[in-house]
Amino acid sequence: MRSVRLAWVIAKKDMHIYYVKGPVLIFGVLFPASLFLAFAIGRPGHSANLAPGLIAITLFFTTSSISPAIPPWETQARTLERLLCAPLSVPTILGGDVLASFLFGGVLSLVPVGLAALALGASVAHPAVLAAGFFLSALCFAILGILLASPPTDKPSEIMMLSNLVRLPLIFFSGVFLPIEEMPAWGQWVAAVSPLTYCTELLRHGLGGVTHYGTGVSLLALAGFTTFFWIASVRLHRRSMSRRISA
Amino acid sequence: MRNTGGHRSTYAIEVSVLTKRYGDLLAVDHISFHVEEGEIFGFLGPNGAGKTTTQRVLTGVLPPTAGTASIFGHDIQRQPMAAKSKMGVVPEVANPYADLTGWQNLMLAGEIYGMGRASRHERAEGLLREFGLWERRHQKSKAYSKGMKQRLLLAMALIHEPPLLFLDEPTSGLDVESARLIRERIRALASKGATVFLTTHNIEEANLLCERVGIICRGRLAAVDRPEALKAPFACSQSVLVAFDRPVAAADLSGMTQVSRAEKEGDKLRLYTCAPGAVVRDLADYSRKHNMEIVSLNIVGPSLEEVFVALTSDQPASRGGGL
Repeated sequence: MRSVRLAWVIAKKDMHIYYVKGPVLIFGVLFPASLFLAFAIGRPGHSANLAPGLIAITLFFTTSSISPAIPPWETQARTLERLLCAPLSVPTILGGDVLASFLFGGVLSLVPVGLAALALGASVAHPAVLAAGFFLSALCFAILGILLASPPTDKPSEIMMLSNLVRLPLIFFSGVFLPIEEMPAWGQWVAAVSPLTYCTELLRHGLGGVTHYGTGVSLLALAGFTTFFWIASVRLHRRSMSRRISA
Repeated sequence: MRNTGGHRSTYAIEVSVLTKRYGDLLAVDHISFHVEEGEIFGFLGPNGAGKTTTQRVLTGVLPPTAGTASIFGHDIQRQPMAAKSKMGVVPEVANPYADLTGWQNLMLAGEIYGMGRASRHERAEGLLREFGLWERRHQKSKAYSKGMKQRLLLAMALIHEPPLLFLDEPTSGLDVESARLIRERIRALASKGATVFLTTHNIEEANLLCERVGIICRGRLAAVDRPEALKAPFACSQSVLVAFDRPVAAADLSGMTQVSRAEKEGDKLRLYTCAPGAVVRDLADYSRKHNMEIVSLNIVGPSLEEVFVALTSDQPASRGGGL
């Protein structure tokens, strides 16, 4: 309980400081909004089918836009050592960063959900699946963001570059715009190891579409990715903290 | 009372054969010492000696390669939360959050240490007033001067009233007013029973503030003792600084029986001796004999700087003893 309270303290600090940083607004708001509009406009016949993919990429980019930036920023601003001297564990600090990212992406992604319902004509068929897919994906992507921030650099631009190097290709191999069954075999293999695939699957099912993997598999896969990303993040950040401070 | 159950110890800090390696570099080499409760302990050393690395291990920022360190009986590695909750830290290179105001920075620090809203507010107001930051409390700390930022960092370290304070070069590069304020605050804290671990390369500051000092060089602890005890072996580095009403050549006084060396310093003469009292008597005789007046006369003891230079220049064997 103490860790949760402290993670919330860290998250509040992150919200105050990092929500309005330039790179966060560019990669967390402008970029997904542009992608959304680019794919939504001009394809009116497929709008309802597009809705799950558009919500998924918005969620993907917004929730994974803050958490990668915080560790290098804290290193650069020389504020990290004070946090490490305080009675805060590494998982608590990371948990706070993840929470801030989760809330940022979760709230902003409600906009495309609303647009999907109002403008694209999508209707919610399975609200529980939609909600589970939405929130589990937001958590998974926020943790993926913190995992991508584990290299001990003090340059946020380097981490944002790495982050986009990983995130951008996943859009094309996660069944967002091209159904998985229509992909070549190698593409289907890539899709299987992308968390964005399972997010899209759950949102599609929630909005009444047909899924490739099924709800149970997608939920399990997302939970697995979330757990794996968290364990890897904690381990890698524990190792890189010393190098951040000593640099 | 020594720590047996992990609850109380007379030692605020206890360090045992602490070692820290960075790859092939041995930054801290098997050092052992302790700091008593309520003591101001100075940790001195030249640049790159291992001071900051030692402090980072003691504050739980870096893990040691070997050895142990405990804070009020809590091992910093095995019980980090208990140990860290008893300390306030001002790291050497640190900043408050630039995008938060002075007030918000203090609120954040208080929340991290689990303080309630009312006590946080009360304590923050007191500290901001004390450090001359109250009028600027709603300004983002990015607009603060270096001295103001350092005072804010110290206030953040003190918000939860820790019994132990780690300060790494707290007055380095500060204006005179800020440096004096911080030194006064350190003295006031110690007078109320707090323990202060002061890492510095400012020897005069350590001499003025610290009850004991540890001198580290190339990762090894060269000495731990009271400043005056460290100076004792350097008694023959004492000198008498004298000025007469007429110019006198150094050679005229270097023949005095207790004077080992005489040097001209501006309009004064510095006479090095192991027996300053005898030299003062000889100088009085000399002035009477030559019908001169002594304009000024000062006995200058061996400085901690001389001790520091002697201990850190040729890497002597470990001496003194903190344990």
